[in-house]
Amino acid sequence: MTTPQNAPVGKHAAQAQQTSQEGTPAGQGNGGVPLVRLVNAGKRYGAVIALSDITMEVGAGEVTCVLGDNGAGKSTLIKIIAGLHQPSSGSYEVDGTPVAFNSPREALERGIATVYQDLAVVPLMPVWRNFFLGNEARKGLRMDIAFMKKTCKDELLAMGIDLRDVDQPIGTLSGGERQCVAISRAVYFGAKVLILDEPTAALGVKQSGVVLKYVIQARERGLGVIFITHNPHHAYPVGDRFLLLNRGRSIGYYEKSQITRDELTGLMAGGAELEQLSHELESAGGAAADIGRVMEADVEELGISHQAGGGSDAASVPTKSGTTRQEGLSHP
Amino acid sequence: MTQIAEAPVSPPPIRDERVGRKSLLARLLARPEAGALVGAIVIYVFFFIIAPPFRSAASFSSVLYVTSTYGLMATPVALLMIGGEFDLSAGVSVTSAALCASLFSYEFTTNVWVGVLVGLGLALFIGFLNGWIVVKTGIPSFLVTLGTFFMLQGINIALTQTITNQVASPDISTLQGFSSAQKVFAGSFTIGGVNIRTSVLYWIVFVLIATWILLRTRIGNWIFSVGGSAPSARAVGVPVGRMKIGLFMAVGFMAWFTGMHTLFLFNTIQSGQGVGNEFVYIIAAVVGGCLLTGGYGSAVGAAIGALIFGMVNQGIVYAGWNPDWFQFFVGLLLLGAILLNTFIRRRAEASA
Repeated sequence: MTTPQNAPVGKHAAQAQQTSQEGTPAGQGNGGVPLVRLVNAGKRYGAVIALSDITMEVGAGEVTCVLGDNGAGKSTLIKIIAGLHQPSSGSYEVDGTPVAFNSPREALERGIATVYQDLAVVPLMPVWRNFFLGNEARKGLRMDIAFMKKTCKDELLAMGIDLRDVDQPIGTLSGGERQCVAISRAVYFGAKVLILDEPTAALGVKQSGVVLKYVIQARERGLGVIFITHNPHHAYPVGDRFLLLNRGRSIGYYEKSQITRDELTGLMAGGAELEQLSHELESAGGAAADIGRVMEADVEELGISHQAGGGSDAASVPTKSGTTRQEGLSHP
Repeated sequence: MTQIAEAPVSPPPIRDERVGRKSLLARLLARPEAGALVGAIVIYVFFFIIAPPFRSAASFSSVLYVTSTYGLMATPVALLMIGGEFDLSAGVSVTSAALCASLFSYEFTTNVWVGVLVGLGLALFIGFLNGWIVVKTGIPSFLVTLGTFFMLQGINIALTQTITNQVASPDISTLQGFSSAQKVFAGSFTIGGVNIRTSVLYWIVFVLIATWILLRTRIGNWIFSVGGSAPSARAVGVPVGRMKIGLFMAVGFMAWFTGMHTLFLFNTIQSGQGVGNEFVYIIAAVVGGCLLTGGYGSAVGAAIGALIFGMVNQGIVYAGWNPDWFQFFVGLLLLGAILLNTFIRRRAEASA
């Protein structure tokens, strides 16, 4: 990992990319070579096909959103990009050259950093100690505390977070602020591509807005962002491209100009599946039937009846347990 | 966080205007050891008033001495607790190290320094074993060290009995190297007519070193992080297992040091000694502001916690109370100190 003294390298590189980015439409970053690209990538765990035939890319100053319900294969995709797994088919390219990472550390060395949901922060420790944990700046045997406090404050300010006091325990910050500290930490230590794993999943409406703002900040600093979410309303405003996953397959890969928010929502909700669910609820009778009728009306209003679910055979209705984060690999 | 109403008159340019300047008192009270400090002052004043012999410099020197014998061990126990683990074998491993050193030197008629080094090896090994089992198995350290506590207690008594046919180790004062070792581990000097044992100085030095490590070094950062959230620490590259084993070995090292002090002060060691002391160390650390759950605390706090114990221990004697009540008063005063500590920390956090 980069030493703190050298760490701003990534930052300067990012800024340089940003200036070259001005005025160019999304998708043209860095002379057209995307920072990260998957071509027909797939992943099998023994007989289980967790992911198949995924093509996606993210360039400097772009946000690529990966949308999908629980069990759609988002986690497997993250693990491939983050270096935890290698794709079993297809190819993975960084800066235009094929790579085969053996560990997340190797991915990190190429500037691909993942911010997981638990954020890897220690709540009782001050913000600055968390920011530099594992990468402490040192002066001989001692830590260079003045440098770390100042850098932490400045870096957070650059992300638009104006903290009162970097000495306060990070546990006293709001969920959104903590997320942003984790993001700016990854950026400071040389990240060129940020993978954000459901950063808004556990947050309220206002906090989600704060995090989305920082996603845009990161994009404007010239980073490539891979934004994993199951919420199309969070993805659409910040995204440049959208990859929709269902049961390990791509059910659509769109530039922002090719898709509207409603279409995205419809695809994400899986119109056919939603319709079937509404029928099931109606046949159950009672209060469930009322919900089913409301749902059916929604499906019609969104205009997604029967048109969606492209690659999916939609034979069964996946359970929508919104709180479960674990991506099941149970769909053979 | 509430803000303090009046802004500072001329704030330095780097200060954030949303943070009111806290008074020195408020800042002191926000430290983990603040409650213990207040408790120590209260107990000092209490005995100062009711026990006239307590007031002399000589008796305070003996209070400091008793404190140092517990404080030496309370320091690494506090670090271990900040790192999120317990060591119930800390009390008996002091005895184990001392017995090992003295029996080895005596039975093989070596220079005592050889025995001293063998004792160090054993103490570090005990620490390593505790840490290694905890890290490898994930079993709570409370249970692992409860096991080693009983094992060591049994070994201490049984081996001493087998080797010497007595309950104590033989007198080693006639062995080669004894006087130099005694000077190092159990010396004393006189300042202004007051005799002070070197263990008091060692204690202060070790507390300062531990504080410096905790607050100023990367290792200190890592100790807080492994106790505060081990998975997070691991995710950012902190070697969690090595840190924990290292902390257990630090406890082993100080157990050896304390054991050597006792051995060279009395020339002999009782094999059943040390049982129960592990609780004194833990109490000192907790009174000093260490969280039982890890991730928070200070070495200075543990030192003050040990001082409270030392003052009560000696104060009761100077006050002329029936020593049979000693344990009761220790418990009462420690409970009081903990309550005060908690109360003050809440106040400080509320107004921070």
